[in-house]
Amino acid sequence: MHNFLFGIYPYIALTVLLVGTIARYETDPFTWKTSSSQLLRRRQLVIGSVLFHVGVLVIFLGHLVGLLTPIWIFDALGISHGAKQLLAVVAGGIAGVMALIGGAMLFHRRWTDPRIRKTSSFGDIAILALLLAQLCLGIGTIFVSLQHLDGHEMTRFMSWAQMIFTFRSGAADQIADVALVFKLHLLLGLTIFLVFPFTRLVHMLSVPLRYVLRPGYQIVRSRRRPSVE
Amino acid sequence: MKVRAQIGMVLNLDKCIGCHTCSVTCKNVWTTREGVEYAWFNNVETKPGLGYPTDWENQKRWNGGWVRTKSGKLQPKQGGKFRILANIFANPDLPEIDDYYEPFDFDHDHLKSAPEMQAFPTARPYSKITGDRIEKIEKGPNWEEILGGEFAKRSEDYNFEGIQKAIYGEYENTFMMYLPRLCEHCLNPACAASCPSGAIYKREEDGIVLIDQEKCRGWRMCVSGCPYKKVYYNWSTGKSEKCTLCYPRIESGNPTVCSETCVGRIRYLGVMLYDADKIAEAANTPETTDLYDAQLGVFLDPSDPEVIAAARRDGVPEDWIKGAQESPIWKMAMDWKVAFPLHPEYRTLPMVWYIPPLSPIQNAAAGGAIGVDGDMPDVRSLRIPVKYLANMLTAGDEAPVVTALERMLAMRAYMRAKTIDGVIDEGLAQRVGLTGAMIEDMYKIMALADYEDRFVIPTTHREQVEEAYDIKSGCGFTDGNGCSTGISKGNLFGGKKRPLKMPTEAM
Repeated sequence: MHNFLFGIYPYIALTVLLVGTIARYETDPFTWKTSSSQLLRRRQLVIGSVLFHVGVLVIFLGHLVGLLTPIWIFDALGISHGAKQLLAVVAGGIAGVMALIGGAMLFHRRWTDPRIRKTSSFGDIAILALLLAQLCLGIGTIFVSLQHLDGHEMTRFMSWAQMIFTFRSGAADQIADVALVFKLHLLLGLTIFLVFPFTRLVHMLSVPLRYVLRPGYQIVRSRRRPSVE
Repeated sequence: MKVRAQIGMVLNLDKCIGCHTCSVTCKNVWTTREGVEYAWFNNVETKPGLGYPTDWENQKRWNGGWVRTKSGKLQPKQGGKFRILANIFANPDLPEIDDYYEPFDFDHDHLKSAPEMQAFPTARPYSKITGDRIEKIEKGPNWEEILGGEFAKRSEDYNFEGIQKAIYGEYENTFMMYLPRLCEHCLNPACAASCPSGAIYKREEDGIVLIDQEKCRGWRMCVSGCPYKKVYYNWSTGKSEKCTLCYPRIESGNPTVCSETCVGRIRYLGVMLYDADKIAEAANTPETTDLYDAQLGVFLDPSDPEVIAAARRDGVPEDWIKGAQESPIWKMAMDWKVAFPLHPEYRTLPMVWYIPPLSPIQNAAAGGAIGVDGDMPDVRSLRIPVKYLANMLTAGDEAPVVTALERMLAMRAYMRAKTIDGVIDEGLAQRVGLTGAMIEDMYKIMALADYEDRFVIPTTHREQVEEAYDIKSGCGFTDGNGCSTGISKGNLFGGKKRPLKMPTEAM
């Protein structure tokens, strides 16, 4: 069971994430959107949304860099495992609390404001609840981490993630005896990957960075000539 | 010189009777769907008033349109590209739906389903968003109809800038006019410039500004970017929508629905040729009062052989050049100079223009000391202050508005003399810088306003760019949602499982 959950389930989740996302973009681009509800109610959104998004982005990038950077790079840079863990705990902790406060405001708004509640789909509420639960678990892991500051446990998650991404067997064994809260955090994270293509989360793939690169401001499309200026 | 063609519109406010037929027919065609009940691609406002959405003209509040920075750069007033991206999680300039109004309907079913009661059953209002009962309707799309509400509120109207407005609150001095509004299909659209996804574009062949529904991601920067507040966020589909200038009709040579159904025959549609290379410079004119002239400078004379040659080189079809030569828009904007852009100071170079309305002569003036200039009353003694019209149409510059009003008065006097007294008064025409022949043409187009004089719309030449074979068994016009009917039915990817009521089913 442990091998299934942490050795096989990651591949299922990542496959669904990848294939599902491509399928959605190809077959139904009309549904690809942020689903903003700011028009209907501004209250609580401005602070809540900014806190939530900034917090989640910091956490996401932190996980990406923290988990997938090979350990030897940290060793080469002279960053000890303990220092890395401390950095993760502090930065992740602050961002996590930001995201949790923001997310809680957004959830409160979504659940109690009649306009937002009535126009929310099951998916809108469910994904926000999942993210909040994940934030709570993530912050929960900090308390476990604080009990052993040598950073050893963290390297095990790094090798687990890197073994998964490099298709090596035995990844699940790396984290066989970590605390339960870590396992739950990983499982829920993988589940969020799994449902990603079916929720509004896809809008994060549309970060409009090209806007900055676009020459000038205006866009003109022509039907006379095949190419667009 | 880069010649492009644009379908422009002129509205003759002198003839608008405020019947709202344009708004209603537009609504019935375009925005009866869930999510856009509150949106009116076309609406008619009574001025002076705050309008819809409330106070839309006040860009100190909404930050729409463009601004010329101190360094002389042109950028959206809500901020440059980085600023817009920084506001993406929560747009500080976005109106709330209450700034428009909470869409409502009435519980008509209760009228027939109510049990026998002492009191007559009533149809009470309920919200179209939540379905909950609304005890008191606080706002609607036309809340100030015929000067509804107190003057103290309506006088917050942005066009009163620089006017001693207190006397216009008095019953004897009050004035009003109608202002039908729709998307301006600007030459320098602020909505398109603000769109981070690049979903909003201007069509090269006819200048219509559209939103690609499949590319729109709902970042909602266009809503705040547009100074006319004519881009609407559909809360159901999560995409922005706007007036399409009824492009399926325009492409086949028909006028837009609002123009077709206009009872007062105030709307004109025609081709304008413009120089795309001059847009950036014209929009960045230092003084706002010069923007009207700058925009006139962007238009190209379709009878100039050089322009014709350039138009052919740039792929403007022959019948579009001919359409531009016969364009009623050209005549009113360029030949007679009676039409003006709405709020040129927003620097968007709008392409829906307005002829200012004449109004009755003020009582105070008629009390004896009426300003009369020969046979014609002084336009400054008209009931609607010229400054008010100038604030609306020429960024406050009164001279062009005065000329336009004088020409319209001259047209009346000239035609009255001709048809009643049987006298051709060439002097009248000359005094306003026209000729008798021009005035008769003005009369034909502006007063008689025959259908074929109002609408000079060449068809789009899709046959030149499309392989008809490729679009066989296609779905024709859709809301940009493949062949579906506009709103996604339930599917794996989060579409709603709410059946879409098509008008045919509802009837």
